[in-house]
This record gives sequence, structure tokens and C-alpha cells, in this order.
Amino acid sequence: MRRENAEPRRSPHRLRAFVPGLGHLALGHTGRGVRLMLFSVATIFLVVWRWDRFIDAFSTPFLDRWLASIFLILMLAGVIWYSLRDVGRIQQSAGEERRGKSPWAVAMRRFRENRLAVYSIYIIILFYALAILAPILTPYDPAAIPDVMANRYLPPSGDHLFGTDEFGRDLFSRALYGARVSLSIGLLAMIIAKTIGTLYGSVAAYFGGTVDNVLMRIVDVWIAFPTFYLMLMLVGVFEANIVVLVLILGLTAWPGTARFIRGEILSLKNQAFTESARAIGLPAHLIIVRHLIPSALSPVLVTAALAVAGMIGAEAGLSYLGLGIRPPTPSWGNMVAAGKDNLLNAWWVAFFPGGLLTLTLISFSLLADGLRDALDPKALMQKYV
Amino acid sequence: MLLSVRDLRSAFFLDEGELWAVDGISFDVEAGETVGLVGESGCGKTIVALSILDLIPHPGRVVSGRVLFEGRDLLRLPPEEMRKVRGAGIGIIFQEAAAALNPVYRIGNQIADVIRLHRGLARRDAWSEAVKVLAAMGIPEPEKRARSYPFELSGGMKQRAMIAIAMAGRPKLLIADEPTTALDLTVQAEISDLLRQIQDEYRMAILIISHDLELVADMADRTMVMYTGRLVETADTKELVGEPMHPYTQGLIGAIPVLGAGSETPLQGIPGAVPDLLDLPSGCTFHPRCRLADDECKLEPPPLEDAAHRHQCACYKVRVQT
Amino acid sequence: MLKYIIKRLLLSVPLVLGIVTATFFIARLAPGDPMDMYLEPQRQRQVDPEVIELMRKRYGLDQPIHVQYVTWIKNVARGDFGESFRHRRPVRDIVAEAVPYTLQLTILALLLDALFGISLGIISAVKQYTKLDKTLTVGSLIVYAIPGFWLALMLIMLFSVNLGWFPTSQTRSMNYEDLTMIGKFLDRLWHLALPVFVLGIAGAAGTARYMRNRLLEVLNEEYIVAARARGFRERTVIVKHALRNALIPIVTIYGMSLPFLLGGATIIETIFAWPGMGRLTVAAVGGRDYPIIMATTTIAALLTVLGNLLADVTYAAVDPRVSYDAPRKR
Repeated sequence: MRRENAEPRRSPHRLRAFVPGLGHLALGHTGRGVRLMLFSVATIFLVVWRWDRFIDAFSTPFLDRWLASIFLILMLAGVIWYSLRDVGRIQQSAGEERRGKSPWAVAMRRFRENRLAVYSIYIIILFYALAILAPILTPYDPAAIPDVMANRYLPPSGDHLFGTDEFGRDLFSRALYGARVSLSIGLLAMIIAKTIGTLYGSVAAYFGGTVDNVLMRIVDVWIAFPTFYLMLMLVGVFEANIVVLVLILGLTAWPGTARFIRGEILSLKNQAFTESARAIGLPAHLIIVRHLIPSALSPVLVTAALAVAGMIGAEAGLSYLGLGIRPPTPSWGNMVAAGKDNLLNAWWVAFFPGGLLTLTLISFSLLADGLRDALDPKALMQKYV
Repeated sequence: MLLSVRDLRSAFFLDEGELWAVDGISFDVEAGETVGLVGESGCGKTIVALSILDLIPHPGRVVSGRVLFEGRDLLRLPPEEMRKVRGAGIGIIFQEAAAALNPVYRIGNQIADVIRLHRGLARRDAWSEAVKVLAAMGIPEPEKRARSYPFELSGGMKQRAMIAIAMAGRPKLLIADEPTTALDLTVQAEISDLLRQIQDEYRMAILIISHDLELVADMADRTMVMYTGRLVETADTKELVGEPMHPYTQGLIGAIPVLGAGSETPLQGIPGAVPDLLDLPSGCTFHPRCRLADDECKLEPPPLEDAAHRHQCACYKVRVQT
Repeated sequence: MLKYIIKRLLLSVPLVLGIVTATFFIARLAPGDPMDMYLEPQRQRQVDPEVIELMRKRYGLDQPIHVQYVTWIKNVARGDFGESFRHRRPVRDIVAEAVPYTLQLTILALLLDALFGISLGIISAVKQYTKLDKTLTVGSLIVYAIPGFWLALMLIMLFSVNLGWFPTSQTRSMNYEDLTMIGKFLDRLWHLALPVFVLGIAGAAGTARYMRNRLLEVLNEEYIVAARARGFRERTVIVKHALRNALIPIVTIYGMSLPFLLGGATIIETIFAWPGMGRLTVAAVGGRDYPIIMATTTIAALLTVLGNLLADVTYAAVDPRVSYDAPRKR
């Protein structure tokens, strides 16, 4: 808009930007520059340090190792691209006031001012990155059982950051692989729950009348069950593996979303602008979709963050009870369970995976809180807090 | 003098900056007198009322000035003394009775609480007194109404109930903040009649605050016109309506069909809108909307000066004319 | 009032029917037939097909599904949930033994929740913009997010294993039978302390947050300014004018918190070897003991419905704006 007319400046900073962070340093954005540099140095260090695994991944048939290596390359490319773009932006907007007034700009600014929420998002990103990079990072094979007698229940040390378990397996490696299971189940189950909920709620609101009535009575019944009981019943009925577990978690948690989306659509239907838009010939569903997205987006984002935490927690709970992910596949929940009988002599077995789980859940909850405060605080407060 | 406000300044300290809702206001209210305060919405009228009672919500506060009530500066009163002034010295009624009445208590209880607090009556006596006050406010079946919850009353009844609560403490000054704005036209007339009637009965002063110049002109002995936190003109109501000096006042009067009909100028409003208090124009804040404005107006805000007998005006152009 | 309660009860009849139906069909979703599961542990030994047929008949599984469904509904209405596959005892008896334990745990957890949640929420709201408020707000978010089973283990590690202040599990001490009435009561409380704390603390954190926001919202209302303008003490304004308005919706929140508590109790009961419904269910799921799973799930849902009903009735009693004639729609 206002910047389009600015004549494209060619300055030496552009070149410097190719070394991530250098351009920022030159422009006086020291904090961001140092962070970008550290990030890229760490990435390059990883590639060099684990060069064999990094390269070998491409010649193995294992998708996850392949993905890990690709992810590393993407990280490097991403940081270069980002710093390039960011330096360009800083240069162009130099001297201009950078306070956007659009709702998104305001929300972003408010979010960034909430330090806890920003740290939380860093932790979440870090954990997901660690999970993806697990094949490159882990010092030991998570399933390998070495000389059990010599290696079992070693306390945390330089060799074994989180110690070892009763079979002498390295708990740090297992915790990283456990993160993959727990974090991906949480994310996928949330997506399933939100998708089903949104579709279901929309259908109910779109058709209205008897259909709506029947559909919402089903939701009433569904919601009456304590969610965890439903999950227990379903894992009792079906043999739980990762895919089934994702489906079970997703299928039990959708009714809240369905109720919300339906309410949102119905209230939009009754609003004046929908009437007027229909009067000039716009089809109703188009209007609703166009207005639904902005008005439902912020609550959906907030509840999505909370739902991921809820799903991860539920998976961990089920796995802890021995009804979710079963050993030897590690998940944070079953790792805690493995340590529960030896708290006195080997506290680390239960402590570290549970600690990572707790940190993840806290981060998602602080993130949700930050989002809620940043996006439309007033309206949300009334509806969801 | 019952109430003397001197150089009152109140601000809200927001993330976006300081918002000066009241920016150096001085005025007097004599015992038994009715004074009107007029201005478009968003010019700080309500904050004047809340400043007098020192009840501005966070993040706002009274920054400086004095509010002398019966000779004592309310802003420097110990909290216990201030509580006695609130309710017993100064009563206030708000625009939205529905919002100002506590939804979970019976009307009678809300009145009786005030009576017990300020007049020290026993519970039972306070209740029968509350019924009397309701009756005095022209509420039919006061005993039944006293047992009602606010949501069970009509808009006009709620307004009367709120006035009853304010009157229960026998205040010497009643601040009426937009007392009729939220009501139907017929009920509006009833409420302003009621205000006049209780003023006669209880001999108190009224500070009536409204955007509605007609209402104020109808009730007030003296009228003050407010714009963006400052007074721009004060005069006896008759004179203010008859010979308005400030272009803003003239604009307000020109916008009223009944009052403006007699003059030669056709009905007209004021161009533009009240500026954002966070982003005020320089000099006289009215200059962007003023037909008389020139470069002088953009420099310094004009002071409120005597322009005629008991008539003050804050405008460079008016000073030049007289 | 009585009319309202009856009306509200009648309205929950279809809901209850739906719950019972849902439980039946979810259990029948299982691939194969419940009998396979039942027989699984004994598969090593050759089971006579005639015996299997007999068992089928005994559990009514030889009937077509709609007949089974009608039988199920009929039996549930009589409070008969069949016989446990494992325990070879009527499910009703097993569950009846477990429910009181769960109720002890959840009701005490609710009390803890209310006590801490409401008071901390009030403190937080009244001290808004102070360090204390910030700490309480962030603290409640963090406590709310901690997974109960991990917290339970860490507390056991600290207070039971290392310090020996509380028992690690079970409902009573070895010498329980020798104790006096008061001694028995205290012994039970002593065993309840940790599980109730773990179960209640997350709810308390949630309540504190909700209470804080509600009270702040109410404190922003015009009737609060109006109350101050009438000269009431700040204490009176908060306790009498704000608190009552802020507390009313809390009632509904409590009705809704029951399913979370019951769900959470499953894990907590398992950890503390507390013989309630939750532990029973977890053990039944592990052992594929369908009659028990179906019974406890149904009962948990019914308790939830009952909780909501109580909340609605209480709400109607404390809020003058609710008229008893029209059922409240949410």
C-alpha cells in the first residue's frame, strides 16, 4: 500500500542479510540479530555434528529419518529467507511508525507483549522440532537394550541426560521419541475433533428444524458422558494403537466445538447485515462463511490450543493406565507409568517424561491464555473463561 | 456556595496515551439551584460527575483541582468522611437505571440500605421509610413495588426507583447524569416533572448533565456548555439560549428544531464529529468544525472569560466581536 | 419450585434414555462378539463349543441385537446391569460398593475446589493490577495444566516416600478396626488427603480464574459505581453488591465440573488404590469386563446429568431473575 511507491533500495545490507542476523546487527536490531545468528549456528552445528546420520537418512527407507534431515535443511533455508525478508522490511519501514491499527496488528502486538505466552510458543516450537529431529538428535537407539545389568537404573549424567530405565535404555532418547508420539497424537486428535465439530455444527445450523433438533440432542447425550469415561470405554472396545487412539480422542472431543459453531452461525443468521446482504442477492451460506471465519477464528484458535493440551493429557493418562500407547513404543504417559513403582530409588524414570509433559501442557495453556488476551479479550471473556 | 469546582483535571492513563476527559473546569452550584451541563456525548460530562464523587474507574483518576462541597475539599477528605458525603451530601442518578440497580436485590432493600446507612434507622423502620420514599417518587402501589426486583419494573419505574435510592439519603445536591435519555418521550416528561417536583419538596440543588439542550434549558437556572473536557460557555439559561456567543453553542441551538425555529437561520447541525480525546486538535479544539476559525484559533486554547454580565465564553472571535 | 424441579426432571428423561442407548451401542461396536473377549484368557485351554454356546445363552448374546437392546434397557431400569465376566458377581453389587468411595473423593475435592478457588479468585480480583494478582493468575494457569497423575506421583514421592507424612495408597490403616469412631474418621481423612488434593487443586485453579474474571466483570458494572456513590463501604460494595452477582454463575460451573472430576478420579483412584468407580472401570477396561464398563459409564453419565440438574435448580433458587415456569435454555 503506502510502501509500494517506495523506490526499491539497493544497499549493502541486502547482501549481509544472507548471513542470518548480520543485517539486523548492522541495522542496530541487536537482540533479533543475535537470536537469528545463534539459531543458524545451532542448525549448522547439528548438521556437522550428526553429518553421518543427516546424510544416511536419504539412503534409508525410514520416512521419519528422511523427514528429520529435510526438516534440518528447511530450518536453514527458513532462517535465511526470514532474515532476508525481515531486513528488507526494517529498511523500508525505517522512520515510519510501525504501529499497525488493524485488529490483527493490534492482537499481534498485545500477544508479543505477553512474555509468558511468547516463551510458551518458543517451548512448543522447540518441542515439536526436537520431536521431528529425534532420529538425528538422540544419542542412543530408544529401543536398544544393552547389557541390562550394567546399565539399568543409571541416574542422570552426561552420558544419559535423563538416566536409564529398568532395561538400561537411555531415557533421553526415549523421551524424544515419546514426544513424537504424544505431540503428534495431540495435534492430530485436535484437528479431527475441530473438523468434525465444525462440520457437525454447520450442518445442524444450516438445515435447522428437525435435523438440528436431532443432531443437537445427540450432542447433549454425548456431552453428558464424562469424556474420559467415553475414552476408557472406547479403548476397551477397540485395540488401541496410535491411529485408533487418535481417532478415539478426536471422536470423543468434538461436541463442544459443534455446539459453539452452531451457536455462532445461528447468531450470524439473525444479524442485520446477513439480512441486508441477502437483500442484495448474496447467497446466505457465502455470507455466513465470510463472516463466520473472522468472528469464530479467535475462539477457535484459543480452544484449539487448549484442546491440544487436553488431547496430549488424555493420551498420557490412558497410556499411563496401560490402556493407550503400549510399551515398547514410548509415550510420555507410559514412560511415567514405568517409573511409578520405583520412585524411591529411580525417581528420574517418572520425573523427566512427566516433567516434559507438564511443561508442554503448561505452555499450551499459557499460549491459549495469551491468545485469549490478545484476540478480542472482552467478548471471549464472557463466553469462555 | 454549596459546590465549588476549581480547575478540575481528570485523565485516563491508557496504553494508547493519556486521555484528558476533564481539562481544567471551574464552576459553582448554589444551594437550591439547578445547573445544567451540556455537550455532545464523549466530551467528558459524565467524568465531571464522577470526579466530584471521586469515583472515576481505573485507569482514570482526578489529577488536580479542588472540589469544595460545603467548604470542604472532597478530593482531600479522609475516606470515611467522603463516604458520608456520597449518598447523604451528594446523590447521583445514572442514565441506565437497568444497569445502575443491583439485579439481585429487591428495590425496597436497596433503598432501605441507604436509609440505614445514612440515617441510622433500624431495619424495619428503614423498610417502611423506603416505601414512603417510593410513594413520594410517584410510584403506584409502593409496598408491592418495594418487594419487586429491578427486572420486574418498567423503564420509567426503574428510573423512579433509582431516583428514590438517590433521594433516600436526603442529599443536598443531586447529580442527574442523562436522567431521561434512555426513556420514551412521554416518560421523559414525567421524569423531568418528577425532578422539578422533588426539588421543590426537598430544596436541594441539581446538577443536570445531558446532551439534550432542550431538557437542560427546560430545567436549569444556569447552563454550562462543555466541549472536549473544557467549558466553552456559561450563562443564565435564558441568556444562553437567547443570545448564545460561542459558535459551538450556536451550533447546538441551531440543531434543535423547536428552539431554532424563531431565528432566521435555517435548521442546521454542526459539521464534523467530536474529535477523539486521544488525538485533539491544537489550540481551540473546536476550530476544525468552526465557521469563524482562523489561524489564531490553532495556536492556544482560548481561556473562559467574562463576555457579558454573568456570561462567560471561551472564544477569540467572540472577544473580538464584543 | 417443586413444579420446576419436576419439569426439569421430566426434561432429562430423553437424555437418560439417550445415555443408556449410547452405552449399549458403543459396547456393541466391538469387532466380534463380547464372548470372544470373555473367553480370551482361557483360550489356551480348549473350551468346549457347547460351553461357549451355553455362556452365550446365559448372557443373552444369542438373541438378535434389538432384543438384546430392549433387555438392556429393561434391566437398567430395574438397576440390573448383569453379571461381571471376571468377578462372577452381580455388577450392581460391585458398583454399589465402589460408588460411595468415589463420592467421598469427588465431594471433598469439590469442597476444596470451592474453598480455595472462590477465595483465591476474590483476592485476585480485589487486588487487581498487583503482583499478588499476577502471581495467582499465572499460578492458577500452571496448576491447572499439570497432569494429575504426574502431580500425584511427585506428591507421593515427596510426602509419602521421602517424608512419610501421608500414606501412599489404600483407604485405611492396618489397625483401622481397632480405632475409635473418631480415630476411624481421622484415619479416613488422612488417607483421603493426597488424592483429594490432587483431584481438587486443578479445579480450584480453574474456579479461581473464573471467579476472578467474573468478579472483575461485575466490579465494572454500573451498579457497583452506583453503590459506591451511595456511600457504602468498599467491603460492603464487594461482599454484598458484587459477590452475590459474581457467585450465581459459579453454581452452573460446578454442575459442569462434575464430569471432569469423575474423569480425573479414574486415574487418581488407580494411583492411590482407592476402590472407587474409576479404579473399577480402569480395571474392567484392562480386563474387557463389559458389563462393568457399561454400568460405570452409564452411572458416571447419570451422575453428570444429576449434577447439572442440581446446578440448575440451585441457580433458579439463588437468581431472582429465573422464573420457574420457563425452563432455562442454554
